[in-house]
Amino acid sequence: MTDVSWIEQTLGGARPQAVAALLRYFHDLDVAEEAFQEASLRALRNWARNGTPRDPVGWLVMVGRNAGIDATRRVKRERPLEDPSVLSTEEDSESVMADTLDAADYRDDVLRLLFICCHPELPATQQIALALRIVLGLSVPRIARAFLVSESAMEQRITRAKARIGGAGVPFQPPTAVERAERLAAVASMVYLLFNEGYSSPNGDDERASLCDDAIRLARLLLRLFHTDPELMGLTALLLLQHSRVDARRAADGSVILLEEQDRSRWNPRMINEGLALIDKAFRHGTLGPYQLQAAIAAVHARAKTPAETDWRRMEALYALLEREMPSPVVTLNRAVAVGKVQGAEAALTLVETLAERLDGYFHFHGVRGHFLKQLGRAREAREAFTRAIALAGSPAEAAHIRGLLDSLA
Amino acid sequence: MLYAILCYHSEDITTSWTKEQDDAVLARLKVVEDKLAAEGRMGPVVRLLPTTAATTLRKTKPEPLVIDGPFAETKEQLLGFYMVECRDLEQALDTARELAKANDTGGAYEVRPVGIFRPGSPR
Repeated sequence: MTDVSWIEQTLGGARPQAVAALLRYFHDLDVAEEAFQEASLRALRNWARNGTPRDPVGWLVMVGRNAGIDATRRVKRERPLEDPSVLSTEEDSESVMADTLDAADYRDDVLRLLFICCHPELPATQQIALALRIVLGLSVPRIARAFLVSESAMEQRITRAKARIGGAGVPFQPPTAVERAERLAAVASMVYLLFNEGYSSPNGDDERASLCDDAIRLARLLLRLFHTDPELMGLTALLLLQHSRVDARRAADGSVILLEEQDRSRWNPRMINEGLALIDKAFRHGTLGPYQLQAAIAAVHARAKTPAETDWRRMEALYALLEREMPSPVVTLNRAVAVGKVQGAEAALTLVETLAERLDGYFHFHGVRGHFLKQLGRAREAREAFTRAIALAGSPAEAAHIRGLLDSLA
Repeated sequence: MLYAILCYHSEDITTSWTKEQDDAVLARLKVVEDKLAAEGRMGPVVRLLPTTAATTLRKTKPEPLVIDGPFAETKEQLLGFYMVECRDLEQALDTARELAKANDTGGAYEVRPVGIFRPGSPR
């Protein structure tokens, strides 16, 4: 690997905070992005010669700010360009930057940058595309490949989304505590959506799947900035714990391997350890939320060395809490699975039947229902349920799994 | 004397490395580590999880206070350390220079002599 590629990597790592701080100065996304571009070009020249500065973000913000001011002046034709050598002296005064650019400022800057990508008028996929482009600096061709659309279509989509948020007033006053919490919630759900885009990728190793890494990067970035927020700990833990199974959840032919049948030695222990540490930290706060509970549920699986060692009592309790925090028939269906393990098929089926109306068109409902009917020896009804499930299956792998259960009834 | 070589870098940057880049860094460091091991100077090596996973216990009275995060909020974070047997500071700095050459991605190494060393045997 060449030095230049490491400098580029450092620029990528510094980008969210640098662009966010430049946006605070210029109140204009295009100017901020161009200023960052210019600073990056100067960094490539300067850092290759002098090494990476101790505070790359501070350096980029300072140089980018000067470049942006120049560009603005040039447009306004107020005065001639400054001699470039004047600028280069400022690139050395790092100690000045360290004083002026306090970490506390960056927090709300980065949050603002992410938050404007979450504009409620933008459809979710555009919010995600915008965050990938603006915050993480992914190239348009890469984003286009991840979303399986042409480059020109993605270019248009991003341009239009930018125009839309440009027109809407971007909030530049420091947020109140309530506003900050609202922004964090919007941004967290966008990060989770981004992760799910990658997670639902039909192949395990393409560009789309790498969206999971991008989501984890954003979650970690948020958590570093708001490191006492238990729901951000929960979100980061949830993403890490789900992603820890990435190498185990696909068979060689690309079909999904169910959790219980995965080779757990292929789960990533480093991601699991980090996820477990985060969920432990989050729970100490005693303020539960949906991300923490979902992460805790994932953690129950992660802690079990074999499926038989799964702590289903804890699982049932966690699903009951999640049901209260985030009521949804799908959560109840999952609780029913845990109830089935703890209290038996009879109790589980009673719970499942309460969902019949709301989940009639849902593949997993009929699969789970068939499973409990089968356990109770009600083969005819189980067969009917499995047949419904196969009709609703979203993938050949899902259908094949149910067909296997059907065959075992015969 | 035994020296600790403490590894610092900005997590904003290290956590943006792809798995391939991370593997490349570790592979280059491994060459230096193997050399130190062959010379019989290599002690334990520790890589810490990100500071977001850290908790700090402040020794306040009457009860210690447990807070989220690393001990210090700094631009560069302690990411791990090496323990290396060195004749003197010069050799310790030479070793740090070799590591820096292998991992030329920015950051810093703090070279610090070790007072007490009990390797332990955690299971």
